[in-house]
Amino acid sequence: MPAPPLDQCSVVAEGLRKTYGDKHALDGLDLAVPRGTVFGLLGPNGAGKTTAVRALTTLVRLDGGRATVGGHDVSRAPRAVRSRIGLTGQHAAVDQILTARQNLEMFGRLFHLGAHRARRRAAELLDQFGLTEAADKQPQGFSGGMRRRLDLASSMILAPEVLFLDEPTTGLDPRGRSEVWDAVRGLAQQGTTVILTTHYLDEADKLSDRIAVIDRGRNVTEDTPAGLKRAIGGDRIEVVAAEARDLPAVAAAVARAAAEGAEPETDAAGLRVHAPVAERVPALTAVARRLQDEGVAVADIGLRRPTLDEVFLALTGSRTESRESTEQQESTEHTEVTV
Amino acid sequence: MSAVQTAERQSTGGRLYWAVADCWTIVRRDLTHLAKQPSLIAWQLGFPIVSVLLFVYVFGSAMDVGKGVDYKDYAMPGMFAMTMAFGFMNTAMTVVVDKERGVTDRFRSMPMAPSAVVTGRGVSDVLHAALDLAVLAAIALVVGWRSDGDLLATLWAFALLLWLRFSLIWVGVLLGLLAKNQEAAGNLFAVAFPFGMVSSVFTPPSEMPDWLGTIAMWNPVSATANAVRELYGNPLPTGGSWIEQHSDVMAVVWPLALTAVFLPLAVRRFQRLSR
Repeated sequence: MPAPPLDQCSVVAEGLRKTYGDKHALDGLDLAVPRGTVFGLLGPNGAGKTTAVRALTTLVRLDGGRATVGGHDVSRAPRAVRSRIGLTGQHAAVDQILTARQNLEMFGRLFHLGAHRARRRAAELLDQFGLTEAADKQPQGFSGGMRRRLDLASSMILAPEVLFLDEPTTGLDPRGRSEVWDAVRGLAQQGTTVILTTHYLDEADKLSDRIAVIDRGRNVTEDTPAGLKRAIGGDRIEVVAAEARDLPAVAAAVARAAAEGAEPETDAAGLRVHAPVAERVPALTAVARRLQDEGVAVADIGLRRPTLDEVFLALTGSRTESRESTEQQESTEHTEVTV
Repeated sequence: MSAVQTAERQSTGGRLYWAVADCWTIVRRDLTHLAKQPSLIAWQLGFPIVSVLLFVYVFGSAMDVGKGVDYKDYAMPGMFAMTMAFGFMNTAMTVVVDKERGVTDRFRSMPMAPSAVVTGRGVSDVLHAALDLAVLAAIALVVGWRSDGDLLATLWAFALLLWLRFSLIWVGVLLGLLAKNQEAAGNLFAVAFPFGMVSSVFTPPSEMPDWLGTIAMWNPVSATANAVRELYGNPLPTGGSWIEQHSDVMAVVWPLALTAVFLPLAVRRFQRLSR
């Protein structure tokens, strides 16, 4: 994919470096995010996603490289950058004791709106994020999704040019996640540039215009979600045979349903045969029917999408597990998620 | 969405204006916390109040701090000083909670005056401490403690107590920034307890083993406790060492020294969050 012209970018980063002790959290990271797009930063724990966001939001000083956000240099003009960005970090960074409205009014005052405009802006945001009914309640009684929406609203006080979302749905239930996704889509439609870090592949897929995969503080690849999925290989069918002697028959059935030019892989020890497929459900039905017709019993049959581990295996040749986290803020949970 | 712009003033006067305005916004936040959770004060005063009851009514009859001295007249000013000394734990806890929840990072990513996070903490903690003192003094009056000093002396005594609390805010901010999490901050009590107790708060240092007595005499908490005892006209520990005779001066000097050391350390630690 051709790089976007830099003068149309809200965020430009060149050769970002940040070292903690002897660990390179950022090791020459480049980014160019076109204005008004949603840009996904995808990577395993410790890949440098959080450090990248913290550097771009002026929270940590860079050891090397340069970055401009909203046209201002993060190192030389941090104040100018701060008045053009919103940040939603990994924790819902709102006061738990103030009410939702008091939170937004406080942040409005701290953004120097003045008391009157801070009040008006708080009311607007409560409405925009569907929190009007809960406006005068404390966030400690909110659902995870509501708290996140309040957090997002707090980041949107100044209608920032660039909104940074660092793992915005970590720890949320499916309903909370979809609430946050809807809110992010709404903001993107209004022209806010969004930079989203996630280790959920489906989240990056659903929200992003472009995705950069990073690992060990470096760029691995960058593409549209569709392009990335093509590169990864997409859906697979997987059949677990009941007995070892059935494996050849199973492999033959899978081979017929596999995508063009793809060979099924057999894991003899696990009695497992799997292969990429083009059409999900027809492939599944075809294999199931054929095995039934042949009287071959199977222990399990299903469709699955590559896990994040496999994506990184495919893209980087390294595994996401058994790696020390170089980032203090990274979630310690390793979540296995599918495309 | 309406276009929202700040009326950012970049002149020095403007900066100063916003430094004060932002500080006040943070103070308002803390005052709202207090108003919404009056029980917070009850919790934080729980220890001194239980101590008052224990020491005055349980151990009081067995405590001999000098001939004809009513123990509660000795212990109450000590209690005030100890409460001020323990206050740094509240500061540390507030700082660590904001840090853990990402509120500090949110503030730091905003175009507000960065100093306001620290100055706001300072102002609201002093206000909080004044409230603590008022409650404690009321309880002391109920159990029969009186200040025999004139109004000015009595007010000066309260000012010295707040001065001690003020100087320890920076210790609290520093420890809060250094602490990994709330549990770690809670463990600070292990440090605070001897700091509060090895002093003239409950017993005169002259009654302690020599080495411990010397430490207790030089404890800043003792200087403040003795200085306010004198101002209230309450009985003083009987020892005659230099430090005990100069507690009125040391009650000003000690907090000044603590501030001179820990305020820059706390500010530096805050700035180092960006490392």
